[in-house]
Amino acid sequence: MSTIPGPRTREEAVAPEERRANAVAPKLRALNVDFFYNKFQALHKISLDFPEHQITALIGPSGCGKSTFLRTLNRINDTIRGARMTGEVLLDGENITQADVTDLRRRVGMVFQRPNPFPKSIFDNIAYGVRINGLARRSEIADVVERSLRRAALWDEVKDKLQRSAYALSGGQQQRLCIARALAVDPEVLLLDEPCSALDPIATGKIEELLLSIRDQTTLIIVTHNMQQAARVADLTGFFLLGRLIEFNKTDVIFKTPAKKETEDYITGRFG
Amino acid sequence: MSTAAVALRRPPVHLRHRRRVVNSVMLTLTLLCTIITVSALFLILGYLVWNGSRSLDWNFFTKLPLSPGETGGGMANAIVGSAKMVMLAAVIGVPIGFMAGVYTSEFGGATMGFLVRYTADLLNGVPSIVIGIFAWTLVVVPMKTFSAVAGGVALSLMVIPITMRSTEQFLQQVPLSLREGALALGASKWRTIATVVVPAARAGILTGIILGVARITGETAPLLFTALNNQFWSNGWNQPTASLPVMIYYRALSPYEDFHRQAWAAGLVLLTLVLIANIAARMILSRGAVASRG
Amino acid sequence: MATTAVNSASPGARSLLQRIRAGDEIAWLITLIFAAAIIGVTVLLVMELWIHSDPARSKFGFEFLKRSVWDPVTDEFGAMPFIYGTVVTSMLALLIAVPLGVGAAIFLSELAPPRVSNVFTFLVELLAAVPSVIFGLLAIFALVPLMRSYVQPFLIHTLGWLPLFKGPAYGVGVLTASVVLAIMIFPYIISISREALIQVPREQREAALALGATRWEATWDAVVPFARLGIMGSVFLSLARALGETMAVTMVIGNEPRIHASLLAPGYSIAAVIANEFREATGDTYLSALVELGLVLFVITIILNGMGRLLIVATTKPGTAR
Repeated sequence: MSTIPGPRTREEAVAPEERRANAVAPKLRALNVDFFYNKFQALHKISLDFPEHQITALIGPSGCGKSTFLRTLNRINDTIRGARMTGEVLLDGENITQADVTDLRRRVGMVFQRPNPFPKSIFDNIAYGVRINGLARRSEIADVVERSLRRAALWDEVKDKLQRSAYALSGGQQQRLCIARALAVDPEVLLLDEPCSALDPIATGKIEELLLSIRDQTTLIIVTHNMQQAARVADLTGFFLLGRLIEFNKTDVIFKTPAKKETEDYITGRFG
Repeated sequence: MSTAAVALRRPPVHLRHRRRVVNSVMLTLTLLCTIITVSALFLILGYLVWNGSRSLDWNFFTKLPLSPGETGGGMANAIVGSAKMVMLAAVIGVPIGFMAGVYTSEFGGATMGFLVRYTADLLNGVPSIVIGIFAWTLVVVPMKTFSAVAGGVALSLMVIPITMRSTEQFLQQVPLSLREGALALGASKWRTIATVVVPAARAGILTGIILGVARITGETAPLLFTALNNQFWSNGWNQPTASLPVMIYYRALSPYEDFHRQAWAAGLVLLTLVLIANIAARMILSRGAVASRG
Repeated sequence: MATTAVNSASPGARSLLQRIRAGDEIAWLITLIFAAAIIGVTVLLVMELWIHSDPARSKFGFEFLKRSVWDPVTDEFGAMPFIYGTVVTSMLALLIAVPLGVGAAIFLSELAPPRVSNVFTFLVELLAAVPSVIFGLLAIFALVPLMRSYVQPFLIHTLGWLPLFKGPAYGVGVLTASVVLAIMIFPYIISISREALIQVPREQREAALALGATRWEATWDAVVPFARLGIMGSVFLSLARALGETMAVTMVIGNEPRIHASLLAPGYSIAAVIANEFREATGDTYLSALVELGLVLFVITIILNGMGRLLIVATTKPGTAR
């Protein structure tokens, strides 16, 4: 049962003006990105553009590098010993390796595979990013929290228990909480790393609706191993295999008329 | 309610600078904490090694203590006394701890097992001076004398819970498949335990015993009014007996320079023993664990 | 880890007679006897403490805990100076050791390269094996002169207007004993806290970083709170250890059964007075007063140890609501 006032299909969501605007410079662009874990090369010359206000899905079999690539976009791989990246990633034209990393991560948010709320109350979880970045005055924070929870379609379910621990929520609710937490800092790009893989189909459905509804406010990049999810949700899809980007196009094209044989093999289930 | 984008302000610049400063300062402070705490160890070892090695000589191991002012004395009786009492403690305490560990790991039910474990933990947490009081009531009062037996009993009380805990812990880690393999061949339960399970856990159990023995070798408080001290050899087990830790204690508190040097020497010997035992225990544990996986 | 015995025979699979023949019942009985012996010994310990403290308990009752007199000549005894000394030195030791220890644990778990972390942790854990009397030895000859010549004069000079730091620089005293205790409990705080911090899932730290937190913010706001139960457990265990610590404290606390406001003054702890006076205690009241002190110490450490273990177990149970 959808409680989100918003678009229900991709076509409804992208208004004609926005489609024309997408012809301009991409929000996020990767150029010849190589990635190494010590000696092992996980990514080979990845280049692709992520247009603003679109949902892009990255699909591919396990170990193909799609999550690794996603994590280079907000430099969260920097925390891993022995991880190294060459090539460029540009956010609004600026190279992210030269930018201040905490500022980058505020602008490019992330939702993880398993829900990971902090051991704090629901309210404090959402408020955390806002507080440390100084994005609102103390009197405004409650408003910001409410608006984020509404965007994540969680407000009605938690509005009476904001001070309770986040761990009191169900798995699906916790993940929506994490999305709300990420949205609270108003990121320009939101990265989602298999956000529904730990959830049941109903919770998954709610999150997919949510993603469609916030598309016009941010740019979404979602890694998924679920091809049907990509087909339901994404405007654009990229297929990864063994650390390489095999094909990248409108979702319709990838799924109905793939250009590469490897793509076709994966889509039709011959492997992966 | 609209789902329009939130109107947040840009992050204030002064805040970013402050956060960066706090970040560097706090991270540096944690490094400082590590350096301070680890330096404590190095300073202890270093000072002890320096002073101890200057004072250590062959006399230390072979001669009896002499009166202050006479040089050339040693702590031979303390070394022997410590050895006697530690051995007695091990002979009493290790079997009890071991068997109890086998019980809680292999036989015990929920309530009894919990009780034994809880009590062993309790015993482990008893301050060593109180252990000394207990041994005094148990042995010294009936015997009406201070003795090596009393000292050994006091130390055994400390060995028991340590041995029990490590025995239980390592027996529990032996995989079910190993046990079932033996049972499937028709072995009885106790035979399985004795010939398969215990040998599989022997590295860890041995480690526990070594660590326990190392710990009691350095204990002073339980011996203060059980074995007391002795400037001479103790014959048999029913006399006050010297031990290394107690000797160190009294020598360190005395006003004589010569005694102080002996305290350093004894401290070095004691520390060396304890550290070697600890390092050996770790090595056994890491090699034993690898072997059992193979 | 399973907390009940490993049951390798299905229930009822063999009859009682078969089990006896196989020797299993005997094995069960033998090991049970040894296990019961532990319970027996502990019960005996409490009983003996109770019995042998009876003269003092009958004479003074609960007042014993509040009185401050300690006079073997007139047979008047009170526990307050010793409780005071024990509590103050232990608390002060915690005050010193917990920030330093948790800071070091944070460094070793979050910031240090793995090899450095392992080496340092190994060294710190060796520190836990050093016998107490050796700490005392070093305290007398290294720490006390340091305190007497540098630290205490400095404190008197800068903070001497506070009642806490009044008095001559003896070198020995409550402050010195606290410092030794702090050094002795470092390994427990560091190693247990580090374990707790390492067990925090990586996604907690990454979630904070992904919101734009600095490295310190992610550590302090996300990782440390997640590990707080384990860290508190380490604090309780260390406190229990510090309260029962005998030798090092005896050697540097000054052995004066009086309560002073100043930390630079000498004091006494429960364990220290037992260690010093037990052998020569004459008369039932004197001796039983010392035993009663032992009983008090026993009770306090048991409670604290229990709380500490509960906290540590709580962190290792999966899916604990926080």
